[in-house]
Amino acid sequence: MKIAVCVKQVPDTETRIKLSDDHSEVIEDDIQFILNPYDEFAVEEALKIKEANEGEVTVISLGPDRVKSAIRTALAMGADKAIHIECDKNPDDPFEIAEALASVLKEDSYDLILTGKQAIDDDHSQIPSILGQKLNLPAVNVVVKLEVGDGKVKAEREIDGGHEIIECSLPTVIGAQRGLNEPRYAALKGIMRAKKITIEEKHAELNEEQMSVVDFHYPPQKEPGKIVGDSADAVPELLRLLREEAKVI
Amino acid sequence: MFQGVDLFQLSDWFTEEERMVRDSVRHYVQQSYLPIVSQYHRKGLFPKEVIPQLGEMGLLGVTIPEKYGGPELTYTIYGLAMQELERGDSGLRSFASVQGSLVMYPIFTYGSEAQKNEYLPKLASGELIGCYGLTEPDYGSNPGGMRTKAVKTDGGWLLNGSKMWITNGSIADVAVIWAKTDEGVSGFIVDTDSKGFTAKAIEGKYSLRASDTGEMSFDDVFVPEENRLPLAKGLKAPLSCLSEARYGIAWGAIGSAMACYDESLNYAQTRIQFDKPIGAFQLVQQKLVEMVNEITKGQMLNYRLGRMKDDGKARHYHISLAKRNNVDAALTIARQARSILAASGITNEYQTIRHMLNLESVYTYEGTHDIHTLIIGNHITGLNAVQ
Repeated sequence: MKIAVCVKQVPDTETRIKLSDDHSEVIEDDIQFILNPYDEFAVEEALKIKEANEGEVTVISLGPDRVKSAIRTALAMGADKAIHIECDKNPDDPFEIAEALASVLKEDSYDLILTGKQAIDDDHSQIPSILGQKLNLPAVNVVVKLEVGDGKVKAEREIDGGHEIIECSLPTVIGAQRGLNEPRYAALKGIMRAKKITIEEKHAELNEEQMSVVDFHYPPQKEPGKIVGDSADAVPELLRLLREEAKVI
Repeated sequence: MFQGVDLFQLSDWFTEEERMVRDSVRHYVQQSYLPIVSQYHRKGLFPKEVIPQLGEMGLLGVTIPEKYGGPELTYTIYGLAMQELERGDSGLRSFASVQGSLVMYPIFTYGSEAQKNEYLPKLASGELIGCYGLTEPDYGSNPGGMRTKAVKTDGGWLLNGSKMWITNGSIADVAVIWAKTDEGVSGFIVDTDSKGFTAKAIEGKYSLRASDTGEMSFDDVFVPEENRLPLAKGLKAPLSCLSEARYGIAWGAIGSAMACYDESLNYAQTRIQFDKPIGAFQLVQQKLVEMVNEITKGQMLNYRLGRMKDDGKARHYHISLAKRNNVDAALTIARQARSILAASGITNEYQTIRHMLNLESVYTYEGTHDIHTLIIGNHITGLNAVQ
């Protein structure tokens, strides 16, 4: 089985983001980048399927040169091949990212395409769906359990208040959600093996983006907390504030 | 996530693979070890569940060749891995040190081909737990005086004596035991299930609580001839193993120091007194600067020592100097960090006091601070203080 995993490199979850003076872009200098955690679930799932059924896992990532370290992480976990789609910066528009990924995916015949349900930096959650559309394949997103059978998959996904189980034919696009698996750590042997794998370089001619980020804002400063009282007498006032001011009950 | 301490951009000196190993072990410690260490520390137990995880990652016997189950990597990589494990806890690093440097290393270096094939792959995967018996109740810094004896008998040896302060001592499956014979000091691979072999954990420790420390005694324990390490002749053999482990400790201590520095720095930036973060006070800044200053020096020392070890140039006194300097620095850093954390620093809400107490053991084991002073003194003067 040939499996492709589309991955994105994102800032570490605890990065304190700094913006340029005009707030038009994020300053990357001090950012530690990691493999997008949802994509890590996708890589792990691909490796588990490969181990159970034999096959080959190809990691694909788009972005500037630095994204190759995320590719290396996926290779160190156990992926077999890698393609880096080089472009100067990560595009803002998920439509264009999916377009570039789809054009590379079309060059080969993959049985299964896995990716994270969303990237933790821009949170668009659009790639699995647009990829499905561009490749004319079914796409199932927010998947927490996946069974691969003969020419088809059974995917369990989270829906409001419950789960639904979808069956669809291969090839298909799957968006991985937390809970799908427990990603392995890159072992020392895997890291050395990854070093020997050549990352195939491709260049993407991106179309003009139909949307772009014009402004970033820092989250608002948190207001200091308020102590309403220290006895049961304060409960009515606390309830009133929770209802009327905080509007949480 | 913890992003390390790297004021002098030493990362630039490491290769991409070296950085990846460091980051992968760091990630493992953050995600899988730190969430559980506190409860084990409280109970005074080693978390055995980490053993297969360490094995899968290749952290047991980092330098051991692939044909015996190891990843066959450099000493610099071994060092970086030990640094990150000890960022979690000295007990975690101690487990990997003992298994790799004190059990697998002697079997690899002094063992027969059959011994290597039988034991090394299972030790590398963590299927077997090993321990190393050199220290005795009455012979610590002076192991040459050991009383444990092995006497030749039909088909093997009879072992009598006792060992103390043995990491993994009460949980090990196999023990590398050093004993006096007619031919001088010899090493034996002893099955801990053997008749006459007893081991128990040492209770009441304030330090290395998330690690097993045991005492063992041997009452006519029969060890077959094929379990004797054929190439280990004399005290030099066990001492060479200690050099391996001490090398890892020099790196590990800096991991502990980084954990304490990072925690106290974050605290100093957010804890408000007199309407400003305590990090704004000169007295606190001085402590933090001293800490990062010593960490940076220790990192430089480790970097150079690692490259020398990989080039086959590191001598025992180089390792002594790095162990001596870095553990002493780490202990001072941990105490300074504890003082910045103030009252919070005495609870297990914070990790610093756990490191601080652990480092008291690290200061003493694997050659006390004073013994390392005398080893370096002997080298530079040509005069031996202990003979």
